[in-house]
Amino acid sequence: MEPETTPSATDGPAGAPPPNDRRIAIAFLASTAAALGLAGVYVAGGQPQAEGALLFVALGGLGVGAVQWARQIDDGPVTGDRGELAGSDDDQAAVVGEVGDDAGAIGRRKLLVRLLLGALGALGLAALFPIRSLGPSPGRSLQRTAWRAGRRLVDSDGRLMRPDTLSVGGTITVFPEGATQAGDSQVVLIRLAPGRNRPRRGRETWAPEGNVGYSKICTHVGCPVGLYQEDTHELVCPCHQSTFDVVDGARPRFGPATRALPQLPLGVDGDGFLVAQRDFTEPVGPGFWNRA
Amino acid sequence: MSPRRKQERRRAHRRANPVDRAYRFVDDRLGISHFTRKALTKIFPDHWSFMIGEIAMYCLVILIVTGIYLTFFFVPATKEVIYNGPYAPLRGVEMSQAYASSLDISFQVRAGMVMRQMHHWAALVFVAAIVVHLCRVFFTGAFRRPRELNWIVGVTLLVLAIGNGFLGYSLLDDLLSGTGVRVGYSIALAIPVAGTWIAFLFFGGEFPNTEFITRFFVLHVLIVPALIIALLTVHLAMVWRQKHTQFKGAGRSEGNIVGSRLWPQYAAKSAALFLLVAAVLALLGGLAQINPIWLYGPYKATQAAAATSGSQPDWYMGWVDGALRIMPAWEIRAFGHTVANPFFPGVLMPGITFGALYAWPFLERRFTGDREPHNLLDRPRDAPLRTALGAATLAFYGILLLAGGNDILAGIFRIAPEVITNAFRVIIGAVPLAVFFVTRNVCRGLARDDLHPTEPPPGGLIVRTATGGFETVGAEHPSPPPVEAWKPPPPPGP
Repeated sequence: MEPETTPSATDGPAGAPPPNDRRIAIAFLASTAAALGLAGVYVAGGQPQAEGALLFVALGGLGVGAVQWARQIDDGPVTGDRGELAGSDDDQAAVVGEVGDDAGAIGRRKLLVRLLLGALGALGLAALFPIRSLGPSPGRSLQRTAWRAGRRLVDSDGRLMRPDTLSVGGTITVFPEGATQAGDSQVVLIRLAPGRNRPRRGRETWAPEGNVGYSKICTHVGCPVGLYQEDTHELVCPCHQSTFDVVDGARPRFGPATRALPQLPLGVDGDGFLVAQRDFTEPVGPGFWNRA
Repeated sequence: MSPRRKQERRRAHRRANPVDRAYRFVDDRLGISHFTRKALTKIFPDHWSFMIGEIAMYCLVILIVTGIYLTFFFVPATKEVIYNGPYAPLRGVEMSQAYASSLDISFQVRAGMVMRQMHHWAALVFVAAIVVHLCRVFFTGAFRRPRELNWIVGVTLLVLAIGNGFLGYSLLDDLLSGTGVRVGYSIALAIPVAGTWIAFLFFGGEFPNTEFITRFFVLHVLIVPALIIALLTVHLAMVWRQKHTQFKGAGRSEGNIVGSRLWPQYAAKSAALFLLVAAVLALLGGLAQINPIWLYGPYKATQAAAATSGSQPDWYMGWVDGALRIMPAWEIRAFGHTVANPFFPGVLMPGITFGALYAWPFLERRFTGDREPHNLLDRPRDAPLRTALGAATLAFYGILLLAGGNDILAGIFRIAPEVITNAFRVIIGAVPLAVFFVTRNVCRGLARDDLHPTEPPPGGLIVRTATGGFETVGAEHPSPPPVEAWKPPPPPGP
């Protein structure tokens, strides 16, 4: 047996603590009363605050009583020996020798060992394949959205948009017609005052009557860029405060976002409704490895 | 009475005692007496800071108890239903079954609200206690040989606790948690080379999708808790085997251990601590509202305001969110590929954080050349560089946590968020550096004077009186009496 303990009879509280049986009794009684009260509250229909408070008293009463009791039986520190952690040289050598000898014996069967390792490796490899069932191949799904040439813009209630549906300075979230649940296709439609927009090269015809459409998925980590400040013509992401300048191709002005919000080329169809000229010309949302 | 008759009487007495009989039934079959007898007298050093890890353990107990209760009512499904419960503002709103059942737990299941809020509070305190416990172990050098392995287990437990916290609050499918999942997906997407596949396989496809809640549920209630319980068992077994560290002091040496016996002293203290931890969590669960999901509404990626400002994650994820917020708009683009911006704060920084934590015992050993086993703890001042580095690190993550509330701070102080963010970009470098040098010098000063920073010196101050004499004032801490030499225990009685 490991030498364990001996009372050192020092450091303890000076003399025995005063008998605090009464305090312990009161604490346990309070606990009992609170526990019964808790049952009562439950039967009466429950009430979260009362339940929490009563549970607090029920557990806390027990706890306070236990603290007092622990003090009573505390007879000061005792000292013991730590002993050795490491085994004796003999034991260590015996273990290593035993395992080593067996390993050596196995190791001599080189061909069999290699075949065994090969079989285990193949099994491990095969076991990895079911992981593939966990999700679809990314394919090009990150590169495309539900927007197609000629697809009309609708709001979340399915109402079609005309170039003058929004008044100047107005903004609304729009979706491809028939795909209002497509999370990656939501677009902020903003109507800018005439002459306000400074379209980037090649985008001069993308904003009929000042209607610009930008992907609503933040290029940082994908929160909806929902806050439009008309006076500064900025779209702000509420999550990490990336700020995009709407009249300057929604280029990032501030915050962690590195790329402009992709712009949806807008046009007007024969019936006078706003439509997409085609899908976005770049992936929407946050960056990923295969994004050029 | 002859000794023989005495023995017989004692045997007869024991046969009559049901506890004795039950114990002997087990011992006859398993032979546990040798171990149990030693175990009951096992010594645990007493210091308040050694109880922090226990607080974490007891939070885990509360988490398991309340969590099991919640699983009886929670529906981990994304099927859309129309809410028709007692919470009027959301009646008629389309939402997932996950969110609807969370509302039911809050408003319809009796005692459900207390259980849910206790669970959430216990999770917050759980991770907090682990972090404080880690700090205690770090600043006192308790991770040194022979306890490096247990440090590694402990850091893994921290990672699992944080991860399971995130999985847990993501299950509710409210607006706030949905935003968090969205951010998590985007961080996974940013991992170089395999990020797209990792995100698609882990979340079940492009965000938003209907797969992740079922997955998170299995991970949250089964896989991660099983890992945590297994590793906690290993953690405690190692403490048991290696025996706990102790602070330096009279009568304490590397070779001995001074403290309370497991039975009954330490067991009583520990049971009391469990009850008090449970009591405080019950009070918080009943009176302190936490994660009021009914105010956030359901998450729908396509709704008009599918995120609001003031979206802060639970505190243990706050440092990552803070780093995302103040990270400058940099990313790497080359050869048709992108290492996206969130990679740096969302993957690289946590990777370095936990990598450094794992490696620390071995790094320190290399720097100090100290390969000796240590059972006596350092005071923080005894290792000024380690303490300064730890303090600077804490400052770094504390500032990141604050930066995660930059929009809230902007509102409180009525400063533009841009100004706050730019300020944080400076503070995050400057303050930890300052903390490092201040802490190092304070430690060196304290070590030189060997004075306690707040308490008067143990022997009191010697003061020269007006008449030229000397007297001692403030000797409130008489030097501890010497400890008796170790004696072998009395031989086992019959």
